[in-house]
Amino acid sequence: MIARRSACAVLLMALVLLFFTLASGQKKSSCIECHAKLEDPRLSAPAKLFDNDIHHARGLSCNDCHGGDPNADTKEAAKDPRKGYLGKPKTLDIPAYCGKCHSDANLMKKFNPSLRVDQEREYYTSVHGKLLKTGETRVATCISCHSVHGIRAITDPLSSVYPSNVAETCSKCHASADYMRGLNIPSDQYDKYKQSVHAKALYDKQDLSAPTCNDCHGNHGATPPGIASVANVCGQCHGRQAELFQTSPHKAAFDQKGLGECITCHSNHAIAKPSDQLLGTSQGTLCINCHNSGDQGFIAATQMRSQIDELIASIGKSTDILDKAERAGMEVSRPKFEMKEATDALTHARVLIHSSSTAEVDKIVAPGLAASVKGYQAGVGALAERTFRRRGLAVSLVFILFLASLVYLKVRQIESRQKEDA
Amino acid sequence: MKLEAVTSWLDERLSISALAKLVSKKEVPLHRHSIWYYFGGMTLFLFTVQVVTGILLLLYYRPSSEGAFESVQFIMTDVKFGWLIRSIHSWSANLMIATLFIHMFSVFFLRAYYPPREITWISGVVLLFIVICFGFSGYLLPWNKLAFFATKVGTEIAGVVPIVGRPILRFLRGGDDVTGATLTRFFGFHVAVLPATATVFIGIHVLLVQMHGMSVPPGVKAESVKKMKFVPNFLLRDLIGWILAIGVLAALAALFPWELGEKADAFAPAPAGIKPEWYFLFMFQTLKYLPAKIWGFDGEVIGIMAFNVVAMLLFIVPFVDRSPENKRRRMIFNLIGLAALLFIVVMTIVGYVT
Amino acid sequence: MAEPAQDGRAAVPEYPERPRPSRRRFLDYLLGTSTVATLGAIVYPIFKFMSPPQVVESAENSVVAAKLGEVPLNSGKIFKFGNKPGILVRTSAGELKAVSAVCTHLECIVQYRPDTKQIWCACHNGQYNLSGKNIGGPPPRPLEEFKVNTRGDDIVVSRT
Repeated sequence: MIARRSACAVLLMALVLLFFTLASGQKKSSCIECHAKLEDPRLSAPAKLFDNDIHHARGLSCNDCHGGDPNADTKEAAKDPRKGYLGKPKTLDIPAYCGKCHSDANLMKKFNPSLRVDQEREYYTSVHGKLLKTGETRVATCISCHSVHGIRAITDPLSSVYPSNVAETCSKCHASADYMRGLNIPSDQYDKYKQSVHAKALYDKQDLSAPTCNDCHGNHGATPPGIASVANVCGQCHGRQAELFQTSPHKAAFDQKGLGECITCHSNHAIAKPSDQLLGTSQGTLCINCHNSGDQGFIAATQMRSQIDELIASIGKSTDILDKAERAGMEVSRPKFEMKEATDALTHARVLIHSSSTAEVDKIVAPGLAASVKGYQAGVGALAERTFRRRGLAVSLVFILFLASLVYLKVRQIESRQKEDA
Repeated sequence: MKLEAVTSWLDERLSISALAKLVSKKEVPLHRHSIWYYFGGMTLFLFTVQVVTGILLLLYYRPSSEGAFESVQFIMTDVKFGWLIRSIHSWSANLMIATLFIHMFSVFFLRAYYPPREITWISGVVLLFIVICFGFSGYLLPWNKLAFFATKVGTEIAGVVPIVGRPILRFLRGGDDVTGATLTRFFGFHVAVLPATATVFIGIHVLLVQMHGMSVPPGVKAESVKKMKFVPNFLLRDLIGWILAIGVLAALAALFPWELGEKADAFAPAPAGIKPEWYFLFMFQTLKYLPAKIWGFDGEVIGIMAFNVVAMLLFIVPFVDRSPENKRRRMIFNLIGLAALLFIVVMTIVGYVT
Repeated sequence: MAEPAQDGRAAVPEYPERPRPSRRRFLDYLLGTSTVATLGAIVYPIFKFMSPPQVVESAENSVVAAKLGEVPLNSGKIFKFGNKPGILVRTSAGELKAVSAVCTHLECIVQYRPDTKQIWCACHNGQYNLSGKNIGGPPPRPLEEFKVNTRGDDIVVSRT
């Protein structure tokens, strides 16, 4: 009786165990089994995080990075250096640790043939890598950005290196003045970036094509772009402006003076939506920082600003009158649509100023002005039509009231005749 | 050819003089409530304006979801006096519904439905519903955002009625949603089905009025009341009203042109604060105030059913209040009518103010 | 009231005191002319309404984007299609293609680049092929493609 019951119990337990091992679908890993049960969160974290790790999803386990024997049941047996156990890598060794696999093209192509295998090499060209070589362990290594044990794919929105998380990841170190002490770089980049147009696009509009830290600085080879190559970096997206800048007289002048292209006027991190106020030669503009009254640049700046102001004023006038006509009830949707040509020209003109050539700007502004004037004339026409209708109404009301009163008189006349006939 | 020769030629074939004699006999009673007699004719006049402007608009309008909005825009901008015809059509629709309500309430309070005029009343109630359908179907035709959502909400409400609601909704919409199919269907209703039905019922209504003559309200002694000849006296007065109505319509069209708005977009969310045209507003507002559940049933369904019941009750009015002798019943009906009128006015105002 | 004449002649109607005929006739004259004038004021707009305007129909599903002579080989032209701009491209081989000109990234107006033979958005370097497919840069979706036909000298673009 007891034997039968205990036999059943053992069978049941075996079945449950089998079920769980089958359900987990994984090879046995004593590392995870033990570490998950440990009380110290620093020791249990790796085991707990590993479920979400992409290496785990690809069938890899602790021993694939750390060595050791996952089938062993004791700590000593599992962590036996003779079984290849490497332990926790030192900070200086981390790039090589990960590079063991990630720099091996033959190995990586088994998992993802399109992944690059030069991250480790690129890393050592970065500021992080160069400093690491000097023994500075505060710098970022693979795990600083990608995290460790719970590494998600870069296309996973929860990954620390997903586009909308990159800035937060970098700011973990770079935004802390304390941490950056002695390294001679500012720590306000993150704050500045968050105010920028790019951050608004990325975070508010969810536009993943908007740049974050790595798009300008690179990720594995992270380095601030050189002064003469900033335009190339910005030009990856802002191609037209970069193109124009590089053929403009500013390129040579900036390079000679050691001024950062693009960022001298637009700043690097706190890139705000540019306003026309930056252009020109009055107070508050940027051009007067270098140009003095009388020099060619000063004249060009003044002219370009006035060209743009003229177009803005014209568009404003036309839009006002068209709005007025619309409020008065006139149908002006077509002229309003055609004003797009003028507002488009304004957008283009603001790009063309990067050429520093008033002739180029004029090529765009002139047709824009023409379109705006057309819109204005349409507005004038609409208001004139409204006046015509009101005058027409007044005239026809006169006729109508006249006719109505005549009919009334006729009625009176007929009725007085009827009364007399009766 | 002399005018008399022509008229006598026509008369031999069309009995015009017999008709003229009949018309010359028509008289209109004169008393302190006579002013209300004008409103039936005014409604008919405005209906004629609708037919004429509607036919003109038909020359340019396109009843498809791709073309409707653009064609109305075209009428408003490119067609000569298109703005005038279209605005008159929209304004006259509203004025007609207003005069129709005035006409209906005045007929009610002046008891013009007493025997033998029951069928006249019934045909009038049918015309009320026909005209409301005209308004609802016509409103969608410009295919702008407001109209799209008004139709969506309106047909949704129709669909809420138990059992028959869903088939009615699918019939109205030409499918499950408001689409170009709805537009085509509403166009068919608006320019063919409803005009044909209206013609029949207007014919019946007007013919019966001629047959029975103008009714005299209960407080007035029918035998001794002063009478005015319809032709030319009353008709000329009617004419003054119609001429002034043309003036009002022209003024409204020129000073307050009817808006076109933006083209309907099935995927855009409903504009905030959307409300139907004024003649539906009191019902819309009432539904908003009903609690979510009434006696276990969905509040909105109860509200809609209640309105349907009231609409049906309209038909039986002349069969319940039949005789001028029954003063008590008359007073009850006056109170009911007054309550209904106040309800409509108050709810409409509330609908606009909130 | 006519009194029968005593001498057998036809009865001569007597006119009692009433507004003189000239005043009545004047009123009738005025009534007549102002009725005609008002009717004219009503009928005139109706007739003008009925006569077709310069542009004969509302452009909704199709529009004449340009004339063949206006679009040289390997060039693009912006045209108005309903409420939105479109771009008409004539390839070096002479083929005509048309797509929406509103960039799907941030709604700038795109242009045709004769050097890359692609449609390009100057704002952030977005690239599309001639069928409107977004092939480079930030644009997330393709440009709507239109149908192009020629009718004599006219290039007619219509929605598919």
